[in-house]
Amino acid sequence: MSDCDQPSQTSGADAASEFGKSTRRSFLSRIGMASLVAATGPAVTTLAKSPEKEEKAAVADIKNTVPVALRVNGKKYDLRIDPRTTLLDALREHLHLTGSKKGCDHGQCGACTVHINGRRVNSCLSFAAMHEGEEITTIEGIGQPENLHAMQAAFLANDAYQCGYCTSGQIMSAVALLKEPCGADDAEVKEFMSGNICRCGAYPNIVAAIQSVRKNAEAKKTA
Amino acid sequence: MKTFALTRASDPAQAIATAAKAKTAQQGAEIRFIGGGTTLIDLMKLNVEQPQTLIDINRLPLDKIDMLPDGGLTIGAVVRNSDLAHHPIVRKSYAVLSEALLSGATVQLRNMATTGGNLLQRTRCMYFRETNMPCNKREPGSGCAAITGANRNLAILGTSEHCIATNPSDMNVAMAALEATIHVRGPKGERSIPIADFHVLPGNTPQRETVLEPGDLITHVTLPPPAPGSRSLYLKLRDRTSYEFALASAAVVITIASGKITRARIALGGVGTKPWRSTEAEGELTGQPATQAVFRKAADAALRGAKPQSQNGFKVELAKRCLVHALKLATQTS
Repeated sequence: MSDCDQPSQTSGADAASEFGKSTRRSFLSRIGMASLVAATGPAVTTLAKSPEKEEKAAVADIKNTVPVALRVNGKKYDLRIDPRTTLLDALREHLHLTGSKKGCDHGQCGACTVHINGRRVNSCLSFAAMHEGEEITTIEGIGQPENLHAMQAAFLANDAYQCGYCTSGQIMSAVALLKEPCGADDAEVKEFMSGNICRCGAYPNIVAAIQSVRKNAEAKKTA
Repeated sequence: MKTFALTRASDPAQAIATAAKAKTAQQGAEIRFIGGGTTLIDLMKLNVEQPQTLIDINRLPLDKIDMLPDGGLTIGAVVRNSDLAHHPIVRKSYAVLSEALLSGATVQLRNMATTGGNLLQRTRCMYFRETNMPCNKREPGSGCAAITGANRNLAILGTSEHCIATNPSDMNVAMAALEATIHVRGPKGERSIPIADFHVLPGNTPQRETVLEPGDLITHVTLPPPAPGSRSLYLKLRDRTSYEFALASAAVVITIASGKITRARIALGGVGTKPWRSTEAEGELTGQPATQAVFRKAADAALRGAKPQSQNGFKVELAKRCLVHALKLATQTS
């Protein structure tokens, strides 16, 4: 994206409105009105009339918030968050990048896998406030529906999922694996992918998808 | 999770001065350094750890791996497990360390976990992790639910009547066989601790796992130069092929000259309350030929003091076979 270093006015405004939205969301859930969002349109509209006031109230309500500037998928976001907020929760609940999933929330399943400075990590086992200035990439930054990453296309072509819940984490690991010292055979791929659990058991097709991308890349290199 | 103040350390001195105000550096410390966070955040989510202050040490200049003038290696405390495992010098001269690191956790976790953090990795004993259960390590004096409970994964060496929790780290086992030195900077200055003295046995105080005091910051770990002509290897036995803690593991560093074992360094994992260096096994090996019978004698010596619990008696024989097989593999072609 072009607005990496100096966000344009549009993206700055986007970020601001994203922040306003997220605050409203957490504000509502905190006072136990989350269900109103779905049930009663007018209540939301009324609340939405004074976003600034709301934001102040919401921030004052949470003690001990910290300012955090995150760079996600090439875009800068200024947040004010509770220090307990994991990177995963910041992405999902504050930035509404819900492609990264919460499975176990203890670093055991890999559904929350994102890249930090190009390396894959479990975003549920890290506090967002520790990642200022780092380059965070989520599944949303890997490819879009009209412009899929080769790995996303390979997962489609190989039917490498069933329910799809683990898929974004699988793909984030698989994309990172392409740059890791992973041997050529399937056993090695399985070892490198052991941090991503698939309860539907799509493993054979996941391995096939990864191997097809690796073989295509090899073919291109030698061509 | 209890809330906390998060601060980022700009230099080691500042981090140490802040942490020195804590009452303890052990279980329940109210001020903690945070590196990769893969153990600490997990335990904070379980309310097993409830620090009031976290000091982020990830940006301190402790992230280098360098060769020492004597041919040894110095490893910064925040060097990630992946970077250490794949470092060319480690792969070539300290294979046991690379293999141990790569046998632990997953790529994602190894990309986060640090060298200093791995030295302080906490037990996976389920009673330690579950705050509704008694645990002398988590809550001194509350009792040990593991001794009469599910203890299949727990320790058979170095246990006490108060705690049988296993040290879960693979890296530590390799570090023990390599005779690593832990370098610590604290409020009173710097000191170097041989890894054999770094972790302590549970005894009457299982809440105390290391010799660290408030404010002590692990800055780096050093490895002595590789023993000339030595070969090293890590063998890990577990319930799954990948992403599982050891039921038994063995780190061996061995030198053979003129058909005799001239030097051996042996450590076991998955069976001890601390990374288990076995000088008894080393004694049985040194000066002997590299035969199955000698390996078995060494394994018997290593497990002589084993005290199995109701469900982990199998670990005694498993650990012996693990060591015998590791020795066989390490001496096969030399």
